[in-house]
Amino acid sequence: MNLALDMLTVFAVSAGAFFFMAGTIGLLRFPDALARLHALTKVDNLGLGLIVLGLLPHVGGPLGALKLVSVWLLVQLSGAIVTQLIAGVVRQGGPHA
Amino acid sequence: MTMTFAFEIVLAVLLLAIATWSIAARHAFDAVVVFVVYGLLLAIVWVKLSAVDVALTEAAIGSGLTGALLLGAAGRLRAGGAPAAERPGAILRLGAAVLSATIAAALAAGVLFLPDPAPTLAPAVAENAAATSLGNPVTNVLIAFRAMDTMLEKVVLLLALVGVWSLAPDRLWGGRPGPRHQADPRGVLAFFARLLPPVGIVVGIYILWVGADHPGGAFQGGTILAAMWLLVMLAGLTDTPPVSRRSLRLVLIAGPAAFLIVGLGGLWLGDAFLAYPAVYAKPLILAIEFAMTLTIAVTLGLLLAGPPERAEQR
Repeated sequence: MNLALDMLTVFAVSAGAFFFMAGTIGLLRFPDALARLHALTKVDNLGLGLIVLGLLPHVGGPLGALKLVSVWLLVQLSGAIVTQLIAGVVRQGGPHA
Repeated sequence: MTMTFAFEIVLAVLLLAIATWSIAARHAFDAVVVFVVYGLLLAIVWVKLSAVDVALTEAAIGSGLTGALLLGAAGRLRAGGAPAAERPGAILRLGAAVLSATIAAALAAGVLFLPDPAPTLAPAVAENAAATSLGNPVTNVLIAFRAMDTMLEKVVLLLALVGVWSLAPDRLWGGRPGPRHQADPRGVLAFFARLLPPVGIVVGIYILWVGADHPGGAFQGGTILAAMWLLVMLAGLTDTPPVSRRSLRLVLIAGPAAFLIVGLGGLWLGDAFLAYPAVYAKPLILAIEFAMTLTIAVTLGLLLAGPPERAEQR
């Protein structure tokens, strides 16, 4: 059981790190602002989500798990909203469009 | 162990590189953005040093609040277009560089040449921890053992706000700070400003509450409350209060006033200024913390809102 949980952690955190890397490469390489934002949202949603999932077996208690999941939800919420706001500025021909 | 060491080396190099970038950046806006990243990385360093209280403060104040203040300043500079005469000359810049390098060298020397073991009051703090029934030694130092420093810190914060307000022209004195923010009431920002504050207020009070026994406290909690207030103001859901409003002034002095009253009470009932009677230590400390959190939240929010810009309609 412990081995299975550890394997889940290793797999999920590695996958999360992969999404972080992919998102970072996207942020650096994509041609325009909207595409770069698209890359960033993947990091927020999937990357952080997988890392939180991987850490869940190790927090030692439902309260800690709840906090971790709340962090993920809050980051998702703020990420989505900030992305919308930046995209709005870009569409109106804001700076560095 | 080696992995941890490698991580620490990478973190330190990254921190130094980002600090250099922030200084060398050609545009104020770039420098501020890099400065915010620098603050967040520094917070990770504090966590690595097991100073979670400092890390929270660094992230909230050093990176968040200062970053937002500097962004506002950079925006104003860009809008106004800094006149050539106000750009510092070569001598001034060289002098600033020499001064900064001297201070950095003196600090480095101070840290490197500390006697071994370094002089510390930590055992004394640990020995007397039971006196206040607080579990977090940092809170103990801040609110009990060195309460005088913390009180004066709050007064400094008020002075900073007075400094910002005094930038207002006479005819606008007592008016509302900053521009009235307009946002689509059915838009994303307004939605966010309705959704997040209930969560943020709970988190802010939670951080204040756990500060008794775990990392957290009035400053960190107050910063989160201030951020929620600013979000609501930015979304145009509420206006900034006129600085002449009496209830606002009362909240602004609530923290230092609670401190002073408890302090004078200690002088009268106990042994010294700010000496808490042992039986009431916890409730008194809580009362001060709550008053301080309110004051900090409102002060920080008003610091960011800026000097009064619109005369109050009567």
